[in-house]
Amino acid sequence: MAFEGLAGRLQETFNKLRKKGKVTEEDVNQTMREVRLALLEADVNFKVVKDFIARVKERAVGQEVLKSLTPGQQVIKVVNEELTELMGGKQSKLEMAPKPPTIILMVGLQGAGKTTHAGKLAKYLLKQNKKPLLIAADVYRPAAIKQLQVLGEQLNVPVFSMGNEVSPVDIVQKGLEYAKQEHRDVVLIDTAGRLHIDETLMNELIQIRDVANPTETLLVVDAMTGQDAVNVAKSFNETLGLTGIILTKLDGDTRGGAAISVKAVTGCPIKFVGMGEKLDLLEPFHPDRMASRILGMGDVLTLIEKAQANIDAQKAKELEQKIRKAELTFDDFLAQLEQLKKMGPLDEVLGMLPGMNKAKGLKDLKVDDKQLTRVEAIIKSMTKEEKLHPEILNASRRRRIAKGSGTTIQDVNRLIKQFEDMKKMMKQLTGMTKKGKGRKGKGLFKFPFM
Amino acid sequence: MGFFKKLKESISTKTAEATNKFKEGLTKTRDSFIGKVEDLMLRHKKIDEEFYEELEEILIAADVGVHTVLELIDELRDEVKTKKLTDAVELKPILSEKIVDLLKDDKQSNKLNIESGRLNVILFVGVNGVGKTTTIGKLANKLKNEGNKVMLAAGDTFRAGAIEQLEVWGERVGVDVVKHQAGSDPAAVIYDAIQSAKSKDVDVLICDTAGRLHNKVNLMQELNKIFRVIQREVPNAPHEVLLVLDATTGQNALQQAKLFKETANISGIVLTKLDGTAKGGIVIAIRHELDVPVKFVGLGEKIDDLQEFDPNQFVNAIFAQGFLDEETE
Repeated sequence: MAFEGLAGRLQETFNKLRKKGKVTEEDVNQTMREVRLALLEADVNFKVVKDFIARVKERAVGQEVLKSLTPGQQVIKVVNEELTELMGGKQSKLEMAPKPPTIILMVGLQGAGKTTHAGKLAKYLLKQNKKPLLIAADVYRPAAIKQLQVLGEQLNVPVFSMGNEVSPVDIVQKGLEYAKQEHRDVVLIDTAGRLHIDETLMNELIQIRDVANPTETLLVVDAMTGQDAVNVAKSFNETLGLTGIILTKLDGDTRGGAAISVKAVTGCPIKFVGMGEKLDLLEPFHPDRMASRILGMGDVLTLIEKAQANIDAQKAKELEQKIRKAELTFDDFLAQLEQLKKMGPLDEVLGMLPGMNKAKGLKDLKVDDKQLTRVEAIIKSMTKEEKLHPEILNASRRRRIAKGSGTTIQDVNRLIKQFEDMKKMMKQLTGMTKKGKGRKGKGLFKFPFM
Repeated sequence: MGFFKKLKESISTKTAEATNKFKEGLTKTRDSFIGKVEDLMLRHKKIDEEFYEELEEILIAADVGVHTVLELIDELRDEVKTKKLTDAVELKPILSEKIVDLLKDDKQSNKLNIESGRLNVILFVGVNGVGKTTTIGKLANKLKNEGNKVMLAAGDTFRAGAIEQLEVWGERVGVDVVKHQAGSDPAAVIYDAIQSAKSKDVDVLICDTAGRLHNKVNLMQELNKIFRVIQREVPNAPHEVLLVLDATTGQNALQQAKLFKETANISGIVLTKLDGTAKGGIVIAIRHELDVPVKFVGLGEKIDDLQEFDPNQFVNAIFAQGFLDEETE
């Protein structure tokens, strides 16, 4: 889960602060020292950290915080606001040219993920009913053109290439003519990876840019990049005039300080983040949500959006009715599992829940999606009767189910027990009035496969 | 101040050409780092808190891990106290010596474990986009030129175009490539390659694998399966498991090394893309915090830009150059 480490560190620090009724200047200094270390460990550029700490300190030590009733909370609020600001404030969308085609130029170091993300962007554009064209202008890396062609085939998007013996500038020029002929409305240009200090290749990029006159020039940056991220982004920006950043490989366990640095140093917004190798794992970047996530406040908004996009409203309503009446069956349970699976890898979904980063034991928990498959197999090995009336599941039936699903009786028993627990919990839930939020965390978010 | 003289002697036996390659590739690193330290020492005549803080920042900016830096600074503080130093310039040789100590490890060899008269298996692992396939091409070339019969196994069956990329390298270098179709089981490819290598009397089999993030449990299990297949088919194999790391990577490189070690028992590290502005300071953190030696560094895109890692040369290129000139004057 991205940012997990940073979130953990900051939370620890803030928890100490939260317990205090009164915050002294020394407390603020102490906290800021820890915030500084946490950010540095997260690969946030040291200059950015310095400015950040100075700004937060100024606000935190000032009137605003010390005189407020909940100074601890107030410091957290300031850090959150400044962090959001640092990452670009608002969400930044992909610009479209007033007159098509919109031309998007992808640039970056070797191995950042340009080709893969050209493919992902093409898929993203397809979903918006655009007609993208991919131009294969990486003539240097062996089989780079082939890679783009394979992606194009998977997506059913045309790929313009002229082999690797033609200059990329010519390829782009011809490609654009082709796009106009074929009435493609968005053109994605995949260029070869290059070092920002390689003058020859940077000059080539300038030529490509001049020919293409792109609406968007996107720098693709690996989220695992260290302090150098800032130098890279700065050089590319000075040479080409970037319009945005795509941050890739954010599904790793990197603390992702690069995200915080690039925007601050170059002024270019992060437009997308890559969350995996599959072509649909591209998400818009939301600075405010990311800041909340860093601070462990959970990314509930993304979760809700994902749920809305993937969950059948009708089914959800039916389920809600059943929950109210507490007559949940294994069929509902299975349907629920399937909905959940659609929302993406479980560890990511869980990471968005508030308190999940904090909950004991959860930090090192590895949620295995295969576990879900096992649960599914068990339920599918039940007869209709059993699914509707779980109470008839006696020892012999359980044995049969274990055999049929390739699991053990213990697995089956565990699932049934958890199912019963869940039913009980739902009864309590529906009986619960608005007694305040009360105990959050453990009981509420208990999933049957954990 | 005899320290740098010793260092210089120890590297004078190395070929001048290799040293020059290092210097060339690391020019950017040296300029920025040395320049900053010198500037810092000139500006701060006295050793005070501000001086320590700025030094800390310079080291952190070079991606030397935060923990390593804090330790280093603490050691420096002690040294300053016991030796009663006040002048910032006096700290220069002490700082360099400490960094050399962090990098050097006399116990471990950075030579490849390759013996004649047996099938040597080298497995390449790493996260996405670090340069595994390119490094394999370069290493195959190097080993072939040294008189080995080399074979490549296209174990990256996942990324589009990966098999073709390795095939291009195979053609360039002039070695056989064993492959299956895209999407097939990588462990099966490796198995076939081993059988083929055995029957063709190959000296070195180099196995490519798909890039994978170290926190993806299922992909790491897949890698572990490949590792087990090799173990089963060839006694004492794999003889080398090389983790390829991108020099621009920050603190996460440590985490990568740690998890890949658990899964595939890595025996060495190849640090690539050191010809950019990345400081490569992560090497210091890796040597310091993990017991895995750096065996090769990638200093460019050309086929012969893969160099054996030599801590002495490395330190010389990064830190000592400016100081050396002064001493010999």
